[in-house]
Amino acid sequence: MVFFAASLLLIFIGLYAALVKRNLIKIIIGLSIMDTGVNMLIISLGFVKGRTAPIISLKDLFKKGSLLVDVSKVVDPLPQALVLTAIVIGVAVTAMALSVVIRMYSVKKSIEIDDFKELKW
Amino acid sequence: MRKIVAIFFLTIVGLYMLSLFAQIPFGKPYKGVSEHYVERGIVENRGSNLVTSIVVNYRGFDTLGEVTVLFLAATGLSFLLFSCKCLREFKRIRSSLVLRTATDTLFPLILLFGAYIFIHGHLTPGGGFQGGSVIASGVMLLFLAYRSFHVNHKALSTIESLAGITFAGIGLVGLIYAKSFLANSVISLGQWNKLFSAGLIPFIYIAVGFKVGAELSGLISDMISTTKED
Repeated sequence: MVFFAASLLLIFIGLYAALVKRNLIKIIIGLSIMDTGVNMLIISLGFVKGRTAPIISLKDLFKKGSLLVDVSKVVDPLPQALVLTAIVIGVAVTAMALSVVIRMYSVKKSIEIDDFKELKW
Repeated sequence: MRKIVAIFFLTIVGLYMLSLFAQIPFGKPYKGVSEHYVERGIVENRGSNLVTSIVVNYRGFDTLGEVTVLFLAATGLSFLLFSCKCLREFKRIRSSLVLRTATDTLFPLILLFGAYIFIHGHLTPGGGFQGGSVIASGVMLLFLAYRSFHVNHKALSTIESLAGITFAGIGLVGLIYAKSFLANSVISLGQWNKLFSAGLIPFIYIAVGFKVGAELSGLISDMISTTKED
């Protein structure tokens, strides 16, 4: 429960930064914090108290006399598998956003959002 | 004013979401498809790391899509920054002796560690994505230490395309010689907890490692090449 609250707090800190800050780099930092919060939320959905990581390198995680794993000893690996790829995609998306900032800087020599008024209505 | 409105709005949305997530039981045993993955993962794939056997085998097609998303982000970035000297008023500064010496010592080790992570992806924590990121961080260290450092973009894109073709090709091998795309039972599965085990999973993860490493290195190189050299 405390994990849900903490990751929601991270998400909303990121969202606050994206809404309030005027500096484009700070907005992207906010988006990255949001990314981390979402990943933590998904991971904590698969957590089960008192169980070990889903890496079966010990024999005592098996059911007796077979290669079937004892489900009651391992946490849920599915959210971790989803987050694993999401982290790398997050890095690529951050890099893409930063390249847009580089392009915008080359036009106005500024990364303050107030200096870009062309799209304002 | 702006801040107060933002905090007010975020508090409402946050409380609503918290009450939503409070209904999901935390830390309770799971059912459904995860149970199958955990219970039969070793029998069906022989890979010790269940996360890897989900990412590469059960959801391998999904991972092929994720690799494509990464490729699209890298392509978009090089499209935006292609031959753009956007930051030419910034000069790269000369790095200190400490950084250069540390880079010379650490770069081969970082490369080796990255390769270790993606070769042992089916046995230990880690895999192609993480190993590729470690390798790209080593390349970034080279960029920081030597201001005239260049990567060969042609070689990088060749590695990237070959790795992508390998991934899709391994999938097609499964389609031809077994019953489905990315099927794992084409070659012998081997023994549990050995390096040569888990069928085609290590080969796919090595391809992913090369692809992610090449892609992220090219991405760093694209961003740094917008500044003025020397």
